[in-house]
Amino acid sequence: MTTEAPPLSEPLEIHFDYTRSLGPVLGRFMTGLAQRRIEGVTGSDGRVHVPPVEYDPVTAAPLSEFVEVDQEGTVLTWSWCAEPVAGQPIQRPFAWALIRLDGADTALLHAVDVEAPDAIHTGMRVRVRWTDEPVGHIRDIAYFVPADAPDDQPPPPTSPAPPAAERADGTSVDTMITPIKLGYDHTVSPEESRYLRALGEGKLIGQRCPKCEKVYLPPRGACPTDGVPTTTEVELPDTGIVTTFCIVNVPFLGQQITPPYVVAYILLDGADIAFLHLVRGCEADEVRMGMRVRAQWRPREEWETSMRNIAHFEPSGEADAPYESYAHHL
Amino acid sequence: MSYSETGSRGGATRPAVVGFAQSDCVRRTQGTTNGVEMLVPTLAEAFEQTGLSKSDIGFWCSGSSDYLAGRAFSFISAVDAIGAFPPINESHVEMDAAWALYEAWVKIRTGEVDTALVYGFGKSSAGTLRRVLSLQTDPYTVAPLWPDSISIAALQARLGLESGRWSEKDMAEVAARSLADARDNPQAQRSGEASVADLLDAPLTADPLRAHDIAPITDGASVVILAAADRARDIVSRPALITGIEHRVDSPVLGARDLTRSPSTEMAGASLDVGDVDVAELHAPFTHQELILRDALGLGDGVRISPSGGVLAGNPMFSAGLARIGEAARRVMAGDADRALAHATSGPALQQNLVAVMEAQS
Repeated sequence: MTTEAPPLSEPLEIHFDYTRSLGPVLGRFMTGLAQRRIEGVTGSDGRVHVPPVEYDPVTAAPLSEFVEVDQEGTVLTWSWCAEPVAGQPIQRPFAWALIRLDGADTALLHAVDVEAPDAIHTGMRVRVRWTDEPVGHIRDIAYFVPADAPDDQPPPPTSPAPPAAERADGTSVDTMITPIKLGYDHTVSPEESRYLRALGEGKLIGQRCPKCEKVYLPPRGACPTDGVPTTTEVELPDTGIVTTFCIVNVPFLGQQITPPYVVAYILLDGADIAFLHLVRGCEADEVRMGMRVRAQWRPREEWETSMRNIAHFEPSGEADAPYESYAHHL
Repeated sequence: MSYSETGSRGGATRPAVVGFAQSDCVRRTQGTTNGVEMLVPTLAEAFEQTGLSKSDIGFWCSGSSDYLAGRAFSFISAVDAIGAFPPINESHVEMDAAWALYEAWVKIRTGEVDTALVYGFGKSSAGTLRRVLSLQTDPYTVAPLWPDSISIAALQARLGLESGRWSEKDMAEVAARSLADARDNPQAQRSGEASVADLLDAPLTADPLRAHDIAPITDGASVVILAAADRARDIVSRPALITGIEHRVDSPVLGARDLTRSPSTEMAGASLDVGDVDVAELHAPFTHQELILRDALGLGDGVRISPSGGVLAGNPMFSAGLARIGEAARRVMAGDADRALAHATSGPALQQNLVAVMEAQS
């Protein structure tokens, strides 16, 4: 009996900036923050909303009557964050709180810098601690501190400040940028793991659906036609045909090959599904549908568990496959 | 029964649950984030239960999240699990699959199809769940602070504790009952015997919450099959007819809500006939949230709450709400209940809520 190695997995980090236009209400709020002022908006019932809302929660009317509120307020409820996660305002144990600023009727969620849970309570007075360089972002409020905290209290470790967005007219903030970074443990399926490990040994392993008998490479775990697990492994040769292709002439960010170059669907001999790869070793305008190709492997010492082990496909010089033989793969 | 009246208006079709299957609730699967490995056996089980096959299904709808998977259009890969060629009539919601069930319910009500299969899946363990979930909040004034889901729920819990709406003991009782009930649920992730006193002796992990107040991080998937009432009886002997289903949402502004109540659940429940239910499966990822929901739905002591153990025994993101509907329906189909209520939630601090009422089809 053999035990199979667990599926391959790798850390995957995703990073992008949410760049958001703000509109008249949130734009005014963020502009205020950049000037170290906090403005709320007055609702139809006279209640002052901080943070401001764009539409009245009762009547749904657009709101536009702004009022500046105090930078000190009262904790309505709090919770203890013993293990802060990345991006949170304070990077050591701290309290989250809903804080009703004086002059406001709704509460703002933010972090409060206190040493321990026994240093905060509902009803406690807290005040804003601003960042050194406000940019028009909710993080301009660095965090809150107890109202009686000394001004020279050393600051806690914080998350990096968000970047400043360009301001069209130099003063009002109409855009905010929030960097998003998410980390995952990205796992491939057991079938894909066997396929990738085989690639690491220079082999191409597909799988046959037990129902329709189609051979998939890469293997997919389940047949997309029948929805049943694909279990039978099939080793495929590194030769096949170009079913269809395109010539890339347009440069783009992150491009690794100088245009023009050919990206083609390669159908390996014995496979029923084509995959994308590069065709090189001839002029781009010589590539044609039905052309026979062979894999060009990278030097063995560069192999990893990846399709990158095949650098590209090259014409094999054999006669083209007749159109009828691959028409159903297009 | 409100439905026979509705049914007589233009002959709209009444959907019933005829099948339910779910994967084991586990802390971490070795599978991919596209859920195929969890879905293939779960789908097979639902088909076996109902005697239906892929070609019998008129409409497919799923619920999952790209943020959980860490990749765009992750649900597209999941479609491999259902065998989507030749093309099928398919849709997806970026929500708990309970809302996918709502879409399927509408599809059957309109008469466009008479069967539908709903599935949800999520690999919560792939990322840092409480951090990923902070991206559900307002993207201007809240999400940039990355408030984690546990901290937000803890703010809600304290409001109830300090206002006297509930006590730590009430919360521990919810946990103790859930864990005890989960002993009969072979698919539960957590179960066991724990006294309320012992639970209250445990340290606070997210003051005022203790570990037992917080649903576990769970990978899982579930499948529900719906059929129009006139077909349902051919599939199972006792279909769980959906006599009403509603969903409502509260403001995304956490500081403008009374977090000790759930107006959206109250409204969804008020538009249905929730009286006389024998059993209620509630989607309450935190102990105090069950207390809020019981109050919002007016569920008295005579109603059996979450006999599966509920999501405190296993909370597979994006399928746990659908599984509540499945668990409630299963009890009707098995003859253990005549009328059952199911609830699903989505978003921070019970922001959005769906309530369904089912009864044995006569």
